[in-house]
Parts: sequence; C-alpha cells; structure tokens
Amino acid sequence: MNMPDCFTDIRSDTLLTHATIARENLLLGIEILKSSGYTLLLDITAIDYTLYPSFHPEPFALVYLLRSGDFTQAFSLKCYLPRDALTVETLTPHYPCADWLEREVYDQYGILFEGHPNPERILNHHQFIGHPLRKEYPITQAQPCSEAVDLMPQMRQRLLEKKIIFPDGEGGYTEPNKDLMFLNLGPSHPASHGTIRTFVALEGESIIAAVSEIGYLHRGFEKSCENHTYNQIIPYTDRLNYCSSLINNVAFAKAIEEMLGVTLPERGIYIRVLLIELSRILDHLICLAANLVDMGALTNFWYLFNPREDAYTFLSKLTGARLTNSYMRVGGMANDLYRGYESDLEFILRKIEKGVGDTLKLIEHNRIFLDRTQNVGIVTAQQALFYGFSGPNLRASGVQYDQRKNTPYYYYDRFEFDSPIGSVGDIYDRMTVRFAEIDQSIRIVRQCVAQMPGGAINVSNPAIILPQKQAVYTTIEGAMNQFKLIFEGVKVPRGEHYSSLEASNGELGFYVVSDGSGTPYKVKVKAPSFLHMAAYPSMIENEQLADAIINLGSLNIIAGEMDR
Amino acid sequence: MDMKNPATAVDVLGESIITTRVDAMVNWARESSLWPMIFGTACCAIEFMGVTASKYDLARFGAEAIRFSPRQADLMIVAGTITYKQGPVLKQIYDQMSEPKWVIAMGACASSGGFYDNYTTMQGIDTIIPVDVYVAGCPPRPEALLDAIIQIQGIISGNHHDKGLQTMCCNENACTPCDLVKAR
Repeated sequence: MNMPDCFTDIRSDTLLTHATIARENLLLGIEILKSSGYTLLLDITAIDYTLYPSFHPEPFALVYLLRSGDFTQAFSLKCYLPRDALTVETLTPHYPCADWLEREVYDQYGILFEGHPNPERILNHHQFIGHPLRKEYPITQAQPCSEAVDLMPQMRQRLLEKKIIFPDGEGGYTEPNKDLMFLNLGPSHPASHGTIRTFVALEGESIIAAVSEIGYLHRGFEKSCENHTYNQIIPYTDRLNYCSSLINNVAFAKAIEEMLGVTLPERGIYIRVLLIELSRILDHLICLAANLVDMGALTNFWYLFNPREDAYTFLSKLTGARLTNSYMRVGGMANDLYRGYESDLEFILRKIEKGVGDTLKLIEHNRIFLDRTQNVGIVTAQQALFYGFSGPNLRASGVQYDQRKNTPYYYYDRFEFDSPIGSVGDIYDRMTVRFAEIDQSIRIVRQCVAQMPGGAINVSNPAIILPQKQAVYTTIEGAMNQFKLIFEGVKVPRGEHYSSLEASNGELGFYVVSDGSGTPYKVKVKAPSFLHMAAYPSMIENEQLADAIINLGSLNIIAGEMDR
Repeated sequence: MDMKNPATAVDVLGESIITTRVDAMVNWARESSLWPMIFGTACCAIEFMGVTASKYDLARFGAEAIRFSPRQADLMIVAGTITYKQGPVLKQIYDQMSEPKWVIAMGACASSGGFYDNYTTMQGIDTIIPVDVYVAGCPPRPEALLDAIIQIQGIISGNHHDKGLQTMCCNENACTPCDLVKAR
C-alpha cells in the first residue's frame, strides 16, 4: 500500500509494518488502514517510556496492532500521548472488539478513551487505585479487595440498549417490560472452566441480556515480565494457556529470537513443531473432554483424558514436568530428545486415536449431542471477524485463517496437512473442527518423526545459549559466560516487535519492547481467549441458559491467557 | 446355638461386634467419604482433573464425589492462584460450607502466592481462610495431592497428632490413638 502523509517513521519487513501517527490524525489513519485492507484489530496496548534509555517525544504511546483481511500482513500503528492529555477517541464504532481491549489499556495505563460505551476496569478489581503497568507503580504494591463488584449498572445499560427498560425521566429507570430474573453464573461455577463471572437476566430459561466480568485470574504476567530476564519469563509463559504450555514457550522464544535475528538449526525447529502439534492435540483433548462433561457425557472424559495422561508421561520423561514444561529457551531448548522417543510417541498417538475414535462412536450419531450442539450458539464468519476471533473458533465459522497455512513459519509448508473449517459456526462446528485438527496434528507429528534431521538443536551463539557445564567448571571463559547470561540475561537489541504463531486457541502473539538490556522493557500478550470471551455475552443472549454453559466450553476459554 | 445362654451368644458373635464411641464411628465415616469442593482457578485445576481420572483415581480414597456447591462439601481444595479480586469470592464460599470442614491449599500459588510476587496475587490463601494441609509444587504431581487427602483423613480420624488438630476429633482424656486404631 502507498503510505499516506500522516504516517511517519515507517519501517517494514515481510510480515509487519511499523508506523507512527499524530494523535489528531489517529482516526483518519485507522480509517485509511481499514479501507486499504487492514480489517482486523488484533490488539491495543500502551507503552510507558518514562524509564526508557533513549529519546521518545512523549512519555506514553498507544500501539494498535492490525491485521490485513487476507491474514498475511500485520501493522503496528503508534500514537504518542503527552502525560497531561492521556485521552484518545475510542475505536469501538470501527472495530467492535476494541471494547475490551480499550478497557484493558485504561485499567493498566490510565489512558482514557473518549466515547467508550463502558469505561470501567477489566482486569483489576473495582477498588484498585492507580494503574499497575505504569513504570512508577511498584510491582509488589498490593491492594486487597473487600467485595465483588456490582454488575447491575452494566446490566442496566445492556437492558436499555435492548429496549427492555427505559429512563423514567427522573434519573431512574422504568420496571423491565418482561418478567426478569437476575442470576450470577460464576465466578465459582463448575462449568465456567476457571473463574469467570457472567451476570444474566433470564426470562424463564432464556437469556435476555448478559454481561461478563473477567480478571479473576489476573496474576500480573506483564508486570512480572518487566522484572525478569528473558529466560526467566519462560516459566511464566507456561502458565498462560496451561493446557498447552509448550506452545506458549515457543511463541515467546520465537518472538525474542526474531528480535535477536537468529534462527534455530533445522533439528531444533523440527522438535518445536513436533511439540507444538502434540500440545495442540492435548489442548483440544481437554477442551473436548470438558465440553462433553458439560453436556453430561461423562464417559468421554475418560476416553479423552487418559491418552493425555500417557502424554504427560512422555513429557515428564522429556522435559521433567507433566504440565508446566518450561522446556524452551531463547535460542533453543533445554535438552535434545531422548533415545527411543519415537516408540513412546507412537504409543501415545495410537492411544489418542483410540480415545478419539471411541468418543466419536459415542457422540457422532447421538441424538442428544446433535440436538444440543447443532445450530446452537451460531457465530457467522462476519461476526467472528468482527469479534476478533482466531484459531479453531474462527475456522468453525468458515474462515480459512491458519497461520501455519497463510504465513507458514517453521517449515510448515513442508508438511502435508489440512486446516479443517466449519460451515455454520455453531457449537457442533467448533467441536468437530477440534476433532479434525487432532487428526491433522497427528499427521504432522508423524511426519516430523519421519523427517527428523540430525545435528544441533540450539543456536551456536555464546551470547544467547549457556555454555556446556564442562566448560563452566573448567574454564574461566565458560564460567564468565554462564555468569553473564544468568545474571544479566540475553541482551536483546533495542526495538519493538510483534510476533505470533498459531496456538491451539488461535493467534498467540507477543508484542515486546526491548531497551537493550537482558530484561524486556515491556511485554504484551495478544491472547486469543481474551477476545473470545469478549464476544461471549452477546453470543449467549437469546439462547437457553443450559446452552450458554456448553457455548462457553466450546470457545475453550483459558483463564490463564485471558486474564494473564 | 443356645441363645438363652449369654456366654455362648458372645462366643458365637465373636469379632462381629465392635465396641467404640459414636464420635470415632462418625469420624471414620467422614474420613472415608470426603466430598471435595474444588475451587479450581488455574493450572492446578487441570492437574486435579488428572487426580480424578482413571490413572490416579481419587475414588480409591473415597473422595470422588466432587461437588461444586459448598453446601454439599466438607473438603475444600483450592487449586490455583488466588488474586485479590478473587479473595472475597473464596472467603464467601468457604463461609458457605457447613462444619466440619477442611481445606487443602494445592500448589505454590494457593500456599504462598508462588512466583507471582506482585500487585495482584494474594500471597497465600491462609491470609483469609484457615488451611489444614499445604501441597508444594507448581502444579503438584497427583501423588502429592493424594498424599494431602490421606493427611486430611488422618486429621479427621485423630491419628494425626499435630497440635490443635486433636480437639477436632476426640476428647483427650478418653481417647488414645490406640483405641481409634482398634475401632477401625
């Protein structure tokens, strides 16, 4: 595209373009980008440059990440804001999914969005004072919360929009014109798959209006990142989407390696692909198992969970941990595959195939399953893109967006596999797409094992990878090398970068700002579950209460990556 | 059998009669059928699924009746990170559980905040509710949680002679661990 005059400081590489825009031109710039094909809003975040070592014109900057409609290009648009005027206009009329993203920026950085329909905190509790991701906020300054927030004001707004209540002219509201019952689903609810609160207005069994509250598992990932070296962050990434820890490990390591300008040797990449695909299978297994339990199909839980248990045994043998593996490092991984891993892996794959086969036998032609899932919770392709969906949830709506296919990384173009899509976008499609993806991932894993090259697994750069233990104990250079890397961390060149890959739930991206030291200046996670959850309240309106439960399960909301 | 002769009757019934106290009997029933309320918030909850599944099989310890309603449960397993935002929720659910009740803090986060030493994470749930057993690990292996449940059973039966726990199960003067073992 031809860059208009309002964009300055333009840098672009094959997948990502950076540009800066003045605040007064922001909406114009967004409109230009939207009309030239950048129809998807990925993420909004801010950067506090107060402590940054080199010059920036203003202490704060907003960053908008957009993706082109053909899914191949990303665009990072930056807008500087002076400290005394931290306001911009909201993007919600242009991109509906900006709603929650802007609330998060307000919550974490205190930047106000004029015209935002609901400018409330989202991750931190309502009694919180201050904005934790600002550099002046001390990381350990805790603020206890004494009571849960009242969601009735938000509900009232929703009921107003739906024309169920009206202003009575005296500052209050009329009685609802329907016989409504208000009910909290969660925060502690067996089917909420974590702690998520949804407040619903019911007429009989039908949900008339719904509002969701998240943030119950906001455990300060992004602030913690600013206080740890790059390799110390790997264990934190495990706990984002804890059902497929290894994918998060890889996504983070990949982002940092791109900033460092290094690529892993072929064997390292193959091992990563193998583990990504295995993790994708495991993630889908647990999603489907839990989703079927929500429907009362308990037997399937054991059919699907037991193969996962076998995979834990394999992962423990390889990485030393069952669930939170922390196996990747910047520039490689902790250790090579063990001898004889092929037979262990094949054993697991067979178990998975059997488990999936047994489950499908039970549900494929099961009247209850089909009636409960087909044409329920429909998200059309158009809506899914509006909501900012990605991953299996987007593909279930019939949109062919899979980064492994659209912008192949890590030799994905060498493997033979399909990227299954749905046609209706209902719960049934979201589940069957996952079943189909399990089969495809098994194919990739088998190809990985068959083609596994020999050689090194890590980059051979002593500024990135720890020296051999032998060298640490016997040579001064080795000892110094170890010392520098452990205490100071891997030094990443100054700059800003966004990198993403196809995780089990969708596009998992990291926006990293480096100040040249061994600790990131800022890390922002573009987590697929966050936007999926943002769409959930409007998805369940006008549906049955029982369907809302399986709808949530079919979206596979993982609180760890949603709340971070 | 000559039922008119009490001596023979006792001989015949032999060991099928056990003499015990009501509280020991009740505790035996309680420890053998714990109903856990799982307060799962994060990674530990996924590992808890592993504990209930076939390989580790919580049912072997009589504690497989997982309840998500605090009114129906007597053992709370806090599996996952508790943030300050979550604090009031956890406290309320704990208060809703009827006595007697026990609490397991599963994993590093619930026990101490774990490696989330920051503005949002509660540094251990024992700052708001009492905890009976802490389980180390991030997340703990299933065996560790099973061990914790066995420890809770010990606390209930009174075989666990930590200070403060004894009062829960028996009258100190009348009861020795020996009696309880016999009763079982």
